[in-house]
Amino acid sequence: MIQLSHATKEYPRTGVAVDDVTLHVAKGEYVWLTGPSGSGKSTLLKLVYMDERPTRGEVRVSGVNSHAISGREIATLRRRLGIVFQDFRLLEDRTAHANVAFALEVTGAPPDSIPAKVSRLLAQVGLSAKAMAYPRELSGGEQQRVAIARALVNDPIILIADEPTGNLDDRATRGIFQLLREINASGTAVLMATHDIDLIRRSDYRVIEMHHGRLVADSSDPAVAEHARQRALDEAAGAGSGAGAANGGSSGDTASDELGSDELGSDELGSDEIASDGVA
Amino acid sequence: MTLALREALLAFRRAPLLSALGVVTIAFSLFAFGLFGLVALNIRLALAQVEERVEIQAFLTEGTAPEAVQAALADIAAFPEVATAEYLSQDSALARARREIPEYRDVFAQAVLPASIDVRLKPGHRDPASVKAVAARIATYGFVDDVEYAQDWVDKIYRMRSIASLVGVVLGVAFGAVAVIIIGATIRMAVLARSREISIMRLVGATDGFIRAPFLIEGFTKGILGGGLALLLTWLAATLISRNLVRVTFFDPGVAVLGVLCGAIIGLAGSAVSVGRHLRRV
Repeated sequence: MIQLSHATKEYPRTGVAVDDVTLHVAKGEYVWLTGPSGSGKSTLLKLVYMDERPTRGEVRVSGVNSHAISGREIATLRRRLGIVFQDFRLLEDRTAHANVAFALEVTGAPPDSIPAKVSRLLAQVGLSAKAMAYPRELSGGEQQRVAIARALVNDPIILIADEPTGNLDDRATRGIFQLLREINASGTAVLMATHDIDLIRRSDYRVIEMHHGRLVADSSDPAVAEHARQRALDEAAGAGSGAGAANGGSSGDTASDELGSDELGSDELGSDEIASDGVA
Repeated sequence: MTLALREALLAFRRAPLLSALGVVTIAFSLFAFGLFGLVALNIRLALAQVEERVEIQAFLTEGTAPEAVQAALADIAAFPEVATAEYLSQDSALARARREIPEYRDVFAQAVLPASIDVRLKPGHRDPASVKAVAARIATYGFVDDVEYAQDWVDKIYRMRSIASLVGVVLGVAFGAVAVIIIGATIRMAVLARSREISIMRLVGATDGFIRAPFLIEGFTKGILGGGLALLLTWLAATLISRNLVRVTFFDPGVAVLGVLCGAIIGLAGSAVSVGRHLRRV
């Protein structure tokens, strides 16, 4: 359903954000996307919801190719995706109900069908009682529930969540995760970027780890880590200097550690090491 | 379309101060342009009035046969540059002189002034070169003793008109550009104030056309309201000046409506450009 083939995203000023990523996410899957800050998680998600086009390689989402897609087709594709962010992105001057309804209105849903659907969605996320509350009157967890309800308006095939629990306390985080699990159980694929290792540990879903724009581990495919390790070694050898080799070796070792772990993403320290080693 | 209209109206209701500021900015930009237009229009009308008095006088030798005069009159009236050609007999010349110059009443009792053919030119043919050319052609008639026209005066009026036209175009373009820039900036501010809304609309799958529609309606409405307000201010200014200083001619209704439409078009185009730029960037 989501297929990235050697996708690379390079920005003129900041350089490579996603580097030669090949990845497949199947229908109905729940996938964690983890990695240190700046590892390219958000950019990878942007490639998926076509907010960015790959500089090289290809992204296919629900049969739509990033090379051939037009502006109108992107709009159509987005109606099949649900997108949730850390900062909720709600309209502050509209109630929870109006925020959810807005998403239906702008996509041209029949006006008669909107109120009932919004009420159903708010009930699904447990916010029926607060439908008429404005975002400022809601807690962070509740605001995120409104955002999730809005993401679900068009019955998406994939829910893309970019650190949706990043601003929430433990209790709210657990609540949102439970909600996402339920959404996934009903058949919607979930691709969720997070730093929260505890959250990842609570599930046995697939974990993908990124580092410096590259895919360095995939719990469903050990070859990914092996490939990352080989690539790091090759680059170190190519660099030719003793320091470079030591540096590259270190990076490779860390990737190898990740590969060897059954609980990918469980070793938070390992991730941090990758970050610090990679930057050094 | 209904939703776009509703969103445009909501934008006015949600940010009344920003919307009012936008309308007032558009109004004052167009008011400055309108005042300039008013000055330009009145200078042009005043110069046109002066130009209308440009006259060529062909003095006839005494005893010229009336048939020859009539033939010449018909001939001269047929010149493409000529608006009117009139014969002024010796008696009529004296009567006119007495009417216009009081001293004549006492000094001359009988017809001492020569008869003449008085020629007025059509608008567009009152420049020095045309006046001179027509005067030279009239001078070729055998019975024409002398041809006179106020050459210095014609030259001066023509120069003034040329300068007024040039200054008018330059200032008009400058005022117009300033109005467009200010209005564009105001609309851009309104678009930026709603950039969050735009990004959310995009996320949930609204097409660019759909996102644009409320902004275009909003820009058009602000343009119409700003244009109307500018027209009202210009009319008030013209009325005040007419009452207290000099009589001022106001724009024709057609021009006034065109001015308001200009406001609407600037509002619409400004919105289209601002939203378009914003959509390309986000």
